[in-house]
Amino acid sequence: MTVALLNIDWQTLADATGLGAIYALMAVGIGLVFGVLRLVNFAYGQLIMAGAYALAFASERGWPVSVGIVLCFAVVLTLSLLMDRIVFRPLRAQTPAVMLVATFAVAFLLQSIALLWFGPLGKIASSLATLNQPVTISGVDIRKIAIVATALAAVCLLALVLLLERTRVGLHMRAAAMDFRTAELLGVRAGRVISAAVLVSGVLAAIVAVMLTVQNPLVTPDFALRDTILVLAGVVLGGMNRLVSATLGGFAIGFASGLLGGALPTNQSQYLPSFLFAAVILVLLVRPGGLFTREGQQAVERV
Amino acid sequence: MSVPLLAVEGLEVRHGAVTAVHGLSLEVDRGEIVGLIGPNGAGKSSTLHAIMGAVRPAAGDVRVRGESVVGKRPEAVARTGVALVPEGRRIFADLTVDENLKLGLAGRRTHDGADDDLARVYELFPAVEESLKRKAGTLSGGQQQQLAIARALVADPEVLLLDEPSLGLAPRMVDVVFETLAAIRDRGLAVLLVEQRAQRTVALADRSHVLANGQQRLTLGPESAGDTAALVSAYMA
Repeated sequence: MTVALLNIDWQTLADATGLGAIYALMAVGIGLVFGVLRLVNFAYGQLIMAGAYALAFASERGWPVSVGIVLCFAVVLTLSLLMDRIVFRPLRAQTPAVMLVATFAVAFLLQSIALLWFGPLGKIASSLATLNQPVTISGVDIRKIAIVATALAAVCLLALVLLLERTRVGLHMRAAAMDFRTAELLGVRAGRVISAAVLVSGVLAAIVAVMLTVQNPLVTPDFALRDTILVLAGVVLGGMNRLVSATLGGFAIGFASGLLGGALPTNQSQYLPSFLFAAVILVLLVRPGGLFTREGQQAVERV
Repeated sequence: MSVPLLAVEGLEVRHGAVTAVHGLSLEVDRGEIVGLIGPNGAGKSSTLHAIMGAVRPAAGDVRVRGESVVGKRPEAVARTGVALVPEGRRIFADLTVDENLKLGLAGRRTHDGADDDLARVYELFPAVEESLKRKAGTLSGGQQQQLAIARALVADPEVLLLDEPSLGLAPRMVDVVFETLAAIRDRGLAVLLVEQRAQRTVALADRSHVLANGQQRLTLGPESAGDTAALVSAYMA
């Protein structure tokens, strides 16, 4: 059987699903802001990094988990709103290239600050380490974090769908993502829509920070950097244009990454990113608009 | 007493080095349709964009109820009671008809009476009410135009700007649109109608300004609708 051949067991499948779920949330966070601002936020990983440092900060002082999580949310949301006010809003009228370079600058700035404040060696965020323990479900050992991550992602995505489909600000966000200019002409408040997208994106970043520190408790300045690059590849792979396809792309790359990571012999796991990116390039050559977009709607519509 | 609902004074709009509108003045009051006609590139759409705040005028003033709206963002101008039916309709094809109308509510000054206004809009456009659950992109061109006008009306505007609402419509639908505009005028709105269909516009409007190369050439009353010579000479001037 193929599954046996690739050395994939149920545990690996569960871990891959958990990683896919986390990446899906990151993809949504990036996709939401892209939708309303047409801006690929390369600094998204550094938001998660900042949240992870907040968790490590609390953990090293022996504060309760809940305090660490609250601190993580506070740090990530504050940074998100600052980023929006100082960088995104003033540059909104600029070309996408300018905004892209600006988010690069923010990413490196945050990374440098982390390096200066906390040093290169890293801090340990271990408050939620117990989630790495397995539970046994019909004879298969599955890490709790895989279940928690999957369930949490499902809840978040459901909540997001409800927000987008059932609330006024959700409708305004969808309209702004389709045609911002017309939405504004109709009286949709641009600032409110952007803030909402940035805030939701920040909430997701904070949740991802909590999940990722369970997977990898060592918080360094380049925390979540590799994950962000993979998710961005996944988002492009799935199709940046629509939130659903971007989310699927994020999940797919996380799942593939987890699966290959588990299947490859340990001494070959350094080839994992090469495999993934080769696959991404291949897919984009065949379907430039993305894997999960419908035919005939591949070009990004700009107004 | 006589502060007009919408007043444009000495409006100048430039796109880079090109002057799109040069010294345009006009007034529209309650229960009036004012036409703005002229060939392509005459500056008609630029005028509407300047009124909405989508482009900033190089000179001149736009006043709603006597208060200048120059420098306001489109979302803020919308909330002073000005609604635009944009060129090419610009409906949200992937949203339902109902959602498109709900977006129109964003421009309201107050949400009181929204249901009454919706009912009045349905009265005007029964076809829109019948297709609330459909994706707007599946409507015919004429229905989409009705939706675009309906979407503007649910904002309960006092001033309605329309940018070539008859463009690309079948002749029967053009009739429907022009009849609708007359009905909207009867409800007491101030209507500024940008059109390429000069003759029909002149016949419908209380007065029509002819624009060419960004300049106001002349103003025609409905009695000139049959006077083709006047129209042609205005266009050629």
